[in-house]
Order: sequence, then structure tokens, then C-alpha cells
Amino acid sequence: MALSTNDLKPGTKVLFDGDPYSILENEYVKPGKGQAFNRLRIRNLKTGRVIEKTLRSAETVDEADIAEMDMQYLYNDGEFWHFMDPNNYEQLTADKTKVGDAAQWLKEQDSVKVLLWNGVPLQVTPPNTITVKVVETDPGLRGNTVQGGTKPAKVETGATVKVPLFIVEGEMIMVDTRTGEYLNRAGK
Amino acid sequence: MTADTWRPGASLETLRARAALLRALREFFHARGVTEVDTPLLSRHATVDRHIHSFAVPGEPPRFLATSPEFAMKRLLAAGSGPIYQLSHVFRAEEAGRHHNPEFMLLEWYRPGWAHHALMDEVEALVREAAGAPGPFRRLTYREAFVEAGAPDPFTADATVLRAQLVARGIGCDGVAADRDAWLDLWMGAVVGPTLGRQRACFIHDFPASQAALARVRPGEPPVAERFELFWHGVELANGFHELTDAAEQRRRFEADQAWRRGAGDAVPPYDAHLVAALEAGMPPGAGVALGVDRLLMLMLRQGELASVVPFGWDRA
Repeated sequence: MALSTNDLKPGTKVLFDGDPYSILENEYVKPGKGQAFNRLRIRNLKTGRVIEKTLRSAETVDEADIAEMDMQYLYNDGEFWHFMDPNNYEQLTADKTKVGDAAQWLKEQDSVKVLLWNGVPLQVTPPNTITVKVVETDPGLRGNTVQGGTKPAKVETGATVKVPLFIVEGEMIMVDTRTGEYLNRAGK
Repeated sequence: MTADTWRPGASLETLRARAALLRALREFFHARGVTEVDTPLLSRHATVDRHIHSFAVPGEPPRFLATSPEFAMKRLLAAGSGPIYQLSHVFRAEEAGRHHNPEFMLLEWYRPGWAHHALMDEVEALVREAAGAPGPFRRLTYREAFVEAGAPDPFTADATVLRAQLVARGIGCDGVAADRDAWLDLWMGAVVGPTLGRQRACFIHDFPASQAALARVRPGEPPVAERFELFWHGVELANGFHELTDAAEQRRRFEADQAWRRGAGDAVPPYDAHLVAALEAGMPPGAGVALGVDRLLMLMLRQGELASVVPFGWDRA
């Protein structure tokens, strides 16, 4: 669908040079008695890069067929990651490059956000926080809760997180996937 | 539509400040012997300005909502009204943004017998009195403003140079070919304008002849339009002119604008023949200015957008 530059509110998804972009900002610029322009800040949904673009006002831009869906992560075979739409049980696959860094936070059965472009997965976003098991870490110093100090710990989904020294293998911890930071111990 | 969009977008305190401003503006003109007039919002004729789009109201014939009270006020001037002012809602289609609402309020006034510099003095007095703006205001020529902002000389730089330096700042724009005026507009709107009037409000005057609108053009090397604008905190507040009074020249400009609009595939409304007739009958020489009242209030109250100083912005009307 063709949109006018004046209709591009933040969040609208459009196509430029064949790539899908999300509108971050749209500033209408019109000097008195002069021509009008729209100055856009846009994010490339394929590369994540943010750029600025100036268009003449009322020019048309194509809307991008972008949908964001909640899907259930099933499993991966090292090459493809499999997801399922819980509403209709339809499955989708995304390759390693589309999953990217999100792979280290994906726990089977978790609900994740999948960005689709023309029905094809473009990007996967894990939940903001996950509860995972620590599968590998040094014993650390028992009882040392007073001093700071952290040690690396590998969790079941593959990520490495800095955890307090008292965390042991087999424990469940909560992690913020956006920052990769340990939040707290989780209950069993 | 959320549950609360029935409410005004401006706080009640802001609406009271708006009322106080309107009163202050009326008192200013009352004290100076300028008469208030109110002219029709609907007309058979429209502006044919290249970059302004009028709302059309269906009918036989269709009528157009005023984009400015200028034409009707000039007819009053030609009929011997003397100095007049108007506070009026005006309508410009497609103009929406932080500082634009398609329906907005203009304060427009005319001083027969004055040149534009004297009117600038009066605009300054009004904005300092009614809005408390600190003075004195700066006055720069259009060229000085460009040069100070690091832009190319607007009178001598050609379209390629104007474009190239915008591209270098990340403000290039495809689809604007060799149109010098379009590049000047983008320079003014995106770069030069936002730097003006940051501490004290600032007038710019002596525009390039191609940006004259309805102003007289003073012959010279280069010819210069007797037009001025007022900027405050980087926002364009007022547009003033030493008015064109030559009927033949006015008709010529209207027809040129219509031809341009035709060529650009835009609607071509009928130009105001009453205005041309009024000029033929004889409008006294003088200066006129249009000031955005909503923007004045927005800047006085240090708000960031028009929608927060009008009762109901475009999204709530």
C-alpha cells in the first residue's frame, strides 16, 4: 500500500531501496511560503542501522508487509530454528543469521517475538527476562555473599553470564536478555 | 481513539494563558488605533500559492476555506479602511507536524503608508509587550543568516552547490532536481531557521526575489524581495511584506503560479479576481504581516508542540 510521507507515524513500517524500515521520527519542515519536507529517522529492520532520510512532503512511500508475532520456540538442529504459531500450530523456520544473538537466550517452549517480512522471519526477539539453569561454572567461594566479585557461568541456552560467586551448577537464575545480566536466583 | 480524547489537548491553565494573550493583542491594537476586522472564511477564490493547498468545500460553485485573510483585507484597504488587523482561524491542507496544525490562528495586520522596516518595529513592540519576549531583537539579512549558519551564499550559490552541501550534512533529498528554491527552502527549514532567535528573537529581511511571494521586489544587483520574517527559539513566527500594489504584476504572478501548479499536477483553483480589481482601483502602498498566534503562545509557554496550546488539535477535532 502506498502511504504519503505525512502519514508516516512512528512505528509505521515502509520500504526504501527494497529494504524494510521502521519509522522512528518524522519531522515536518516547511518554511513560510516555501516547500514542505519530511525529515525521517528510520531503522533498517534487516541490519538494525538507523539512518536519516529527507523526502519532499506528500511523496508516496510503499508500506512494508511487516508483522510481529508471538510464537513458541520448539528446537533447533544447528542450521534451522523452528517456531510454532500457538493459534494454528503452523510452523516456521528461521536460519542461523536471522536468529542471530537471540539464539543464546532461546529456551524450548518459551514464547518469543518473531518479526516477519512478507511472511518470512526477519528477526527473533527472546522474552525480556528468562529463567535458566546454570550448566557450567567454577565452584567459587562458599558463603561469600558479602564481597562483590563475579565469575562466568554457562547457562542451558548457551549464553555465558557473569554471576555472583555463590551460584553453583544446577541452580536456576533469572537473566535480562537485553543486557545479558544476572538478575537474581530463581526458585526451583 | 482512547477514552480521553474527548478532552482538550491543552491544560486549562494553558487555555487561560491563551485567552490572556488574545486580550493583550487586542489591547495593543486598540491603543494604536488599528481597527479589528473579520472577513469571510469561505470564498469562491483560493490562494494559488505553489506550496499551499486549500480545503475545498463542495457546492455550486465549490468554495475554499481561507489560508489567510490577506485578499479580503487588501480589498478593505483599497476601499479606504486605514490600518486594520484580524485574528482569524485559517486552513492549510496537509500541513501537520509539531509546529503545524492544518487549522491554526493567524494575526494579520496592515499599515498603509508604512515601509516594512517600520512594521518590523511594530511587530517587535507587539511580541515584546504581549509575549514578554526579551529585546532588542536582532536584524539580519537573509544572506547574513545563511552565512552565519554555515550555509552557502543564497544569492550566488547554484543548485548543485546548495544540494551538495546539504548532502554533506546528511540532509540530501532525492526527487528535488535543479530547483534552487527547493534547496533554499530546505536550507532555511532544516538548518538556518532553527539557529535563529535562540536568545533574542531575530528578524531576517531582504529575501531573494524568487522568494518574494506578494512582496515588492527592489531592483538591484541582485534584486531583493522586500520581505521579512521573525524567528524566536528557532521557530518561524511571522511573515511580513512591503506589499505589492501593481495589479498587472499581481495578475502575472497569480497566472505564473497557476501554470506551475498545472505543470506539477496540482489542483489549480481560481485566483482571486476581486483582489486584482481592488489593486486596479488603487490600494495604498504599505506593509502587512501575518503572525502565528498558536506558535507565539507555544514559545511563550516553552511548550514543544502546537497541539499542547490549542484546545483541540487535528487528532482531536
